[in-house]
Amino acid sequence: MTRLIDLRLGLFLAALFAVTVLAPLATTLPSTSALNLPSYLIPLMGKYLCYALLAVALDLCWGYAGILSLGHGAFFALGGYAMGMHLMREIGARGVYANPELPDFMVFLGWTELPWFWYGFDMFWFAAVMALAVPGLLAFVFGWFAFRSRVSGVYLSIITQALTFALLLAFFRNDMGFGGNNGLTDFRDVLGFSLSAPSTRIALFVLTAVALAGCMLLARAITISKAGKVLVAVRDAESRTRFLGYRVESYSVFVFTVSAMMAGLAGALYVPQVGIINPGEFAPANSIEIVVWVALGGRGTLVGAAIGALVVVALKSWLTATFPDLWLFALGGLFILVTLALPNGLLGLVDRLKPRKAKPATEVPA
Amino acid sequence: MPFRPLTLIAALCLAVVLPFLASAQTLDALIARLPDGNFNDRAAIVAQIAETGDPRAAQVLDALLEGELEQRTADGRFVRVTGSRNNQTAVDVLTGEDLGPVARRSTEAVRVNNALRRSIRTALGVLTLMDPDPARRLAAAEAALRSPSADQVDALAEAMAAETNANIRTAQTRAHAAAVLASDLPVEQKLDAVAVIGAANAQIVQQTLNAYRNAAEPELAAAVGEALAAAEARQRLWSQAQNLWFGLSLGSVLLLAAIGLAITFGVMGVINLAHGELVMLGAYTTYTVQQIIRTNAPEYFGYSLAIAIPLAFLLVGAVGVLIERGIVRHLYGRPLETLLGTWGVSLILQQAVRSIYGPTNREVGTPDWMSGAWQIGEMTLTGPRIAIVIFSLVVFFGLLLLMKYSAFGLQMRAVTQNRPMAANLGIRTGYVDALTFGLGAGIAGLAGVALSQIDNVSPNLGQGYIIDSFLVVVFGGVGNLWGTFAAALSLGVANKFLEPWAGAVLGKIVILVFIILFIQKRPRGLFPQRGRAAEG
Repeated sequence: MTRLIDLRLGLFLAALFAVTVLAPLATTLPSTSALNLPSYLIPLMGKYLCYALLAVALDLCWGYAGILSLGHGAFFALGGYAMGMHLMREIGARGVYANPELPDFMVFLGWTELPWFWYGFDMFWFAAVMALAVPGLLAFVFGWFAFRSRVSGVYLSIITQALTFALLLAFFRNDMGFGGNNGLTDFRDVLGFSLSAPSTRIALFVLTAVALAGCMLLARAITISKAGKVLVAVRDAESRTRFLGYRVESYSVFVFTVSAMMAGLAGALYVPQVGIINPGEFAPANSIEIVVWVALGGRGTLVGAAIGALVVVALKSWLTATFPDLWLFALGGLFILVTLALPNGLLGLVDRLKPRKAKPATEVPA
Repeated sequence: MPFRPLTLIAALCLAVVLPFLASAQTLDALIARLPDGNFNDRAAIVAQIAETGDPRAAQVLDALLEGELEQRTADGRFVRVTGSRNNQTAVDVLTGEDLGPVARRSTEAVRVNNALRRSIRTALGVLTLMDPDPARRLAAAEAALRSPSADQVDALAEAMAAETNANIRTAQTRAHAAAVLASDLPVEQKLDAVAVIGAANAQIVQQTLNAYRNAAEPELAAAVGEALAAAEARQRLWSQAQNLWFGLSLGSVLLLAAIGLAITFGVMGVINLAHGELVMLGAYTTYTVQQIIRTNAPEYFGYSLAIAIPLAFLLVGAVGVLIERGIVRHLYGRPLETLLGTWGVSLILQQAVRSIYGPTNREVGTPDWMSGAWQIGEMTLTGPRIAIVIFSLVVFFGLLLLMKYSAFGLQMRAVTQNRPMAANLGIRTGYVDALTFGLGAGIAGLAGVALSQIDNVSPNLGQGYIIDSFLVVVFGGVGNLWGTFAAALSLGVANKFLEPWAGAVLGKIVILVFIILFIQKRPRGLFPQRGRAAEG
């Protein structure tokens, strides 16, 4: 029996816990102190953790079930839109047009009543459920059709990319009722707490950390369960698993749906901290970037995915600020480096540097 | 001055009579009388000027119409004054002599009003209707059709009788018919005129006849109604043809973008996400060639595409060989890793081009021989579009022949079907791999040359095509060039037929969703490969 929390996961969770406790404390230190953390960094760190959660979600289906989704950004954005719609409704009559029912952009477009799909989003619990249910449902339906007809490998990657591209085009349309290319923004508060207040920011950050830890434990629990073993079997030899009598598509649909819901959760936590959600999040390039986070950290490791996301995103923040022209070179180089030199990612590198124990690291074929 | 129709008509009558009285008058004598008298007198002189048949008459009237005809106070010469208030230059309208800058108060303008302008336009119309230059005659006839006037009935009839060029005569006949409709001639003549107009293309029918839909004479109104309905029906039919053409044109763009991919992905099984950027490199090659020609030898601009095509093929093909040798070679059998690696390449190429050429759109010119448009029935075919349709077919069939009949094509197929066996027979598989990838890349470069003619050349050019081209290849069936062909054209046509009722974006979404569903149903595309090779 594999332990739920092994050494790597334990270390990561401990580090996450330490950061979650220390970072809010550091903001309360006087600004003269060397350890002071400016409070504007809190939402930024929260954003990074959302990305880490997104990477874990992708690793669950790519690393363990071999489903390379190039459309996980779509699930993330859908979750984000669900939360964004609630935050839009919470603005209420404080918008530019002071309409208590309609968000500003609808008034601007000359709409007179709320479209049916906006009903219910004035309630937080409804939006929270939707942030998980919409991506989950989409993934379930999509996966149901795809896996039953045995679309796999590259074909699946291409149609997930087509999916997110179609959603990108759809959300860019003003008539869709999601704010067109401006997306949803100008949020004010959530559950009555002002989004610009430091305490709300800290609460959201802590919540994100808890969600990340929870999802990592859930993903870990899935992967070490019997179902998880079957998923790895599907990844490594799909036909053989099917011939052994397993219903491959049920396992695939299950893990794809769970993964999409995690991505939706990440999106829902992302929006209040970043303050905007727009159709650009659906861009296929974003989804492919998630893949490099996972690949860099080491696919099929969960912890590696989270670390990969944090490393790449931090690198991106630094490079785009200091050498904006270099960022794409660096990202492109990273893709090539990871595929050619680091097939098992950073964690694989760590394993290789460690003195070999009895059990070698498992090889992960494509 | 108020508009007085009666005096205008009187003036026009005078204009018809006067030439007989003063037919010997020369342009020089007439122009000298222009500044005298009131606007009505001027209208009469304008008509006389037109009657002189002097080749300089048109430029005099044109200057007058623009309000630029002025008389120099010093010597009474008539000049055309152009330029801003403080920087005026004058040209003698009669001799064409350039008189250089003139002071503001040294000339007196010949003033015109709206009624006079109308007479000038009519006179100019008559003048140009008989112009020795056929292009100007045609333009005059078309102008007369656009703004029919009863005054021109006789002039047009005269011009028709004298005309030898069939095209121009058709235009004049229509203009004449339109003028008849505008006049108060008997109904029978007008009915004939409606028949003449009804034979023209729908746009002309509508713009000319719409005004007479509720004509006072019932039979005329009925005839007009019929002609309009017939034109509308014809236009509906033609708009389907136009849609089909747009669809084929879009389809051939998709085909061009996808053929290269059909080689790398379809034949070799390599997911090349840098394909779009290779297309972009082809477009920038065209831009660079044109820049060099523009600065060094602008007279050869017409050949720029002929130079860019082989150059783009070789250059981008070489980049492809580099990518294959450097990255893809190490990743055979691991398609998802290839996907990531080539995505990295695409980001680097994008940023490299952005650093070298800047992020903005670059202007790529169309050689003269390719620009222009042709009218077939009710639809318009533009030069670059026709060229792309032809070019994509040439590339496609060229590739097909290469695959089928050349030694290289044979080796390529041998390596993809059974690599170890091919190697045993002495084929250098690595070499063939590199060349195959290079071929696919080279074709992407060709696509870039073609797309530079119809799309914005920017570092993001490739991004717009990559998803579409993958879908085309997957939809058509991987490893099947004919499948790619069928898929590209059918998707292009479907897209254009969806557009009118769904809008461009929604139409595209519908197509995407359709392909997603289609792949669920038939995971191997329209024309799947059969046999062992398909199991890969």
